[in-house]
Amino acid sequence: MLAAVVFLPLIAAFIAGFFGRVIGDRGAQLVTTGAVGLAALLSIVLFAQVIHTPTPQTIEVLRWIDVGEFQANWELRFDALTAVMLLVVTVVSAMVHLYSIGYMAEDPAIPRFMAYLSLFTFFMLSLVTAENFVQMYFGWEGVGLASYLLINFWYQRPSANAASIKAFLVNRVGDFGFALGIMAVFSLVGSVDFNDVFQAAPELAGKTFSFLGYDCDGLTVACLLLFMGAMGKSAQLGLHTWLPDAMEGPTPVSALIHAATMVTAGVFMVARLSPVFEYAPTALAVVAFVGASTAFVAATIGLTQFDIKRVIAYSTMSQLGYMFFALGVSAYQAAIFHLMTHAFFKALLFLGAGSVIHAMHHEQDMRKMGGIWKLIPITYAMMWIGSLALAGIPIFAGFYSKDLIVDAAWASGSGVGYYAFAMGIAAAVMTAFYSWRLLIMTFHGAPRADHHTMEHVHESPWVMLVPLLVLALGAVFSGILGFHLFVGEGRAAFWGTAIKVLPGHDSIGVAEQPLPLLIEHGTLIVALIGIALAYVFYMAAPRLPAALVARCRGLHRFIYNKWYFDELYQFLFVDFAKWVGFGLWKSGDGAVIDGVGPDGVAAATRVLGQKASGLQTGYVYHYAFVMVIGIVGLVGWFYFFS
Amino acid sequence: MNAPFPALSPALPEIFLVLCGFALLLYGVFRGDRSTRSVGYLAVLALVITARLVIGGADGRAVTFEGLYVVDSFARFMKVLVLLGSAFSILIARGYLERENMKRPEFAVLIVLATFGMLMMISANDLISLYVGLETQSLALYVVAAMRRDNAKSSEAGLKYFLLGALSSGMLLYGASLVYGFSGTTNFDGVARLLMQGNHPSVGLVAGLVFVAAGLAFKVSAVPFHMWTPDVYEGAPTPITAFFAVAPKVAAVALFVRVLVGPFGEMVGEWRQIIYFCSVASMLLGSFAAINQHNIKRLMAYSSIGHIGYALVGLAAGTEEGVRGVLIYMAIYVFMNVGAFAVILSMRQKGRMVEEIADLGGLSRRQPMLAAAMAVFMFSMAGIPPMAGFFGKLYVFLAAIQAQLYVLAVLGVLTSVVGAFYYLRIIKVMYFDQPAPAFDGPVEFEVSAVLTVTGLFTLLFFVFPSPILSAAARAAAALVAG
Repeated sequence: MLAAVVFLPLIAAFIAGFFGRVIGDRGAQLVTTGAVGLAALLSIVLFAQVIHTPTPQTIEVLRWIDVGEFQANWELRFDALTAVMLLVVTVVSAMVHLYSIGYMAEDPAIPRFMAYLSLFTFFMLSLVTAENFVQMYFGWEGVGLASYLLINFWYQRPSANAASIKAFLVNRVGDFGFALGIMAVFSLVGSVDFNDVFQAAPELAGKTFSFLGYDCDGLTVACLLLFMGAMGKSAQLGLHTWLPDAMEGPTPVSALIHAATMVTAGVFMVARLSPVFEYAPTALAVVAFVGASTAFVAATIGLTQFDIKRVIAYSTMSQLGYMFFALGVSAYQAAIFHLMTHAFFKALLFLGAGSVIHAMHHEQDMRKMGGIWKLIPITYAMMWIGSLALAGIPIFAGFYSKDLIVDAAWASGSGVGYYAFAMGIAAAVMTAFYSWRLLIMTFHGAPRADHHTMEHVHESPWVMLVPLLVLALGAVFSGILGFHLFVGEGRAAFWGTAIKVLPGHDSIGVAEQPLPLLIEHGTLIVALIGIALAYVFYMAAPRLPAALVARCRGLHRFIYNKWYFDELYQFLFVDFAKWVGFGLWKSGDGAVIDGVGPDGVAAATRVLGQKASGLQTGYVYHYAFVMVIGIVGLVGWFYFFS
Repeated sequence: MNAPFPALSPALPEIFLVLCGFALLLYGVFRGDRSTRSVGYLAVLALVITARLVIGGADGRAVTFEGLYVVDSFARFMKVLVLLGSAFSILIARGYLERENMKRPEFAVLIVLATFGMLMMISANDLISLYVGLETQSLALYVVAAMRRDNAKSSEAGLKYFLLGALSSGMLLYGASLVYGFSGTTNFDGVARLLMQGNHPSVGLVAGLVFVAAGLAFKVSAVPFHMWTPDVYEGAPTPITAFFAVAPKVAAVALFVRVLVGPFGEMVGEWRQIIYFCSVASMLLGSFAAINQHNIKRLMAYSSIGHIGYALVGLAAGTEEGVRGVLIYMAIYVFMNVGAFAVILSMRQKGRMVEEIADLGGLSRRQPMLAAAMAVFMFSMAGIPPMAGFFGKLYVFLAAIQAQLYVLAVLGVLTSVVGAFYYLRIIKVMYFDQPAPAFDGPVEFEVSAVLTVTGLFTLLFFVFPSPILSAAARAAAALVAG
């Protein structure tokens, strides 16, 4: 059954990709959506199974690599962590497939799009079912590839090309770290199999290896390198620049890949490797620090953006930051819990935004929206649910996971934990603020779109609304229903050996003890403050934002320009590499290698050719002279040298 | 003097050919210029029958005429090549002679007589018969080179060839007299026996060797005795250039090989230095000087100088493999050159012959088959597999490497890279350049037949190489062992 879940999307992708012309648009939609939907149903069954009998199991598919000491088999690992990821990935993916039938109805390349989506699903599933590092790397690269293909789906757009290349390159940086991390693990343990590595991890603590004369703590270095991979995939501060640009892809892609699943691969990876990370406290602190900073920075940028998808993209990045600092304080279960709830409500928000964009004739700028809530009431309601969940209002899913994460950061009691707590609270205010800013700007106030667009604003077809409703169910109930199992009393039984937390690190346990009242309800309080502020700024006193911007022009510009990360990278890496490359091309290759080599030799040959044919004067006595000289030379040679 | 009458049967092909030559001459004299075509065909027939006689001759080595004349597998191989080359040349010349107002039966007769001289050269076993054969050939060649005596260029070519040829003959004779003076015999077997006895060669013998080699190097147009080649090739009428490029070259190379490997076989250390030098210089000059040429006949002249350089690589090795390499090279050389000249003979615009490389522009669009044939020959000459020319180079370079002449082999490969430039340029001109005015069509029957035969040989040599390879191996073994 597990194998069926993993390979159904691959088969569907194959059929839709290679035989799309034969089976037509409708056929491709049916095949892919059906396969992924079936996989989703099977995942639900598997999830139910895992609740009852949480025994981990592995299914060997084939022997893959066996070279010398290096062995990697193709095996599917199944435990609670896998089951959660399977559920999230297949359900969201199935909804996105269904939604795409409506959203992409007018696109000329439907089979290609559906094939890519299914292919992505396959890679994501093989990532989460990986039994060893190499297999995980396969899925890791595969989702990167699918992401590249889908960002660039509208390949006629130069901006899509640029965004896809950027996503690919930035991810390469992270993947490079991941690959190095795998090699470091292999050199430490001598195996890439998760079970072997997990068993060996406790003894590796404190083991060092020498690199360029430095003695490094092996486990810390390996974990940091692996985390670098996670940073790239999950758009953490430093390697995040590709995510907002990735919004060039079609909106269902943003929902599936750049909100719900692929970007959470880093979170999943660290959780999966919890038995290793637990023994590298330094690495954990780095994870927490980076996550907390990301949550804050992304939230500030989200405050100022006008593109509806970009706002949600920065919100995604910010929420990923939450998950990472949860991992950093050993609250792995909370991170995965948030991963799941976030997948539902963020996919909901994205698909809702897609519905708005669909209604507004592919307008994405919130400054050109407004006043449409009566025209698209279902979408409006869905966006409300998503925003409530994102802001962390009780009953809605986000409240349970986010609140726990922030509490766990406080409860961990470390310096970096307090930092994370502060950042988490600050980000929570801003999250609530920009969520309602988005809602108000998009749906309320006077219409700012032109007359023509407003006339055609319409509710999306049911094929798009049904996925919204399903995801809304998840966004509302996944928090309440999952709390007990994921992070409550039942968590030890549920997770079993899938996640390992050392006795002294159990921040969730501490967080569930009574904490000071203000801290316990901190996120809720600040969320309400944020919502109120947004109401004041954009409904009650619409002049306030402009006035505020005018007061803090410098700060606003800094944040609006995304903290100038892109410009900095452009200067440091792109321009520098161009400069070096140009120099090597012009002076290195052009002047030296071509000049001396091909061109130089060719020119010399030409000159020699001219000289050689110049010997031929046409005078007989010259010719005779040459012959005589030749014979004199030869005789002389023998006379003197032999 | 009461010597027994010499055995004639080993020399039967030569006797037959020279009698045919005389008969054709008489026929031509009586019938006048009208007989040009029939004399031509009869000459071809005579050459073919002679080739049949050569092949059908008794196996093994036979010496006759008091040791002046020898026939062995080596001689048979080379003679067949020469006869083929001559026959091809007469065939492709027919249309040219008729169009260019050169309808004279002497042409074919002279070629038959020159061919007779070449056969004698190849079978020479004595410095005297060598010289007689050489002069028989050369006298006929001087005349054909200047055959268009109303044309300044042709006359100039004939005169230059004659003057320089006389100089080279002088060198050869002087060398022969030195050899005789220091060894006491002109017979090849005698010289070989003398050297075999372990006598250290005297300075005089070495000098004689150098002079003889210089005389022969002139005939094969190896640098620095090559200077006549471009002028004569360009000046002589094209079918005669084609003939010059093929049959005399083969005969002279055969003679060169026989003299050096036969009587002077023990002096390989000395003559290898000469050949080494000539080979390197020919390869370099052949490839570099050709780059600047825009007349295709001049280009072919430098190309032939280069080819001789490659063939001499095999000779420089001095081994059986080396000789085999030379034989294979020359066999392939004959076919590619005849083919290339057949194409050049088809370069006619508005009834006039053209000789510029630029005139080939866009040939692929006008006459795709002709262009394809030329491309095959050019690829082959550049030594690009799987064309025949590649294998020619392969065997001589292999022999050089086995003889540890690494520098020679490397230089050979490098110069063939340079050579590839101008061969490929012709292909580029034919396939990618702006079309020049169309050539007069259609291609004559003889020319297209020769093109087909040579083109298929060049293209498909790699499929059936064994007849040539084994024949060359037998010939080389016969020479080196004998």
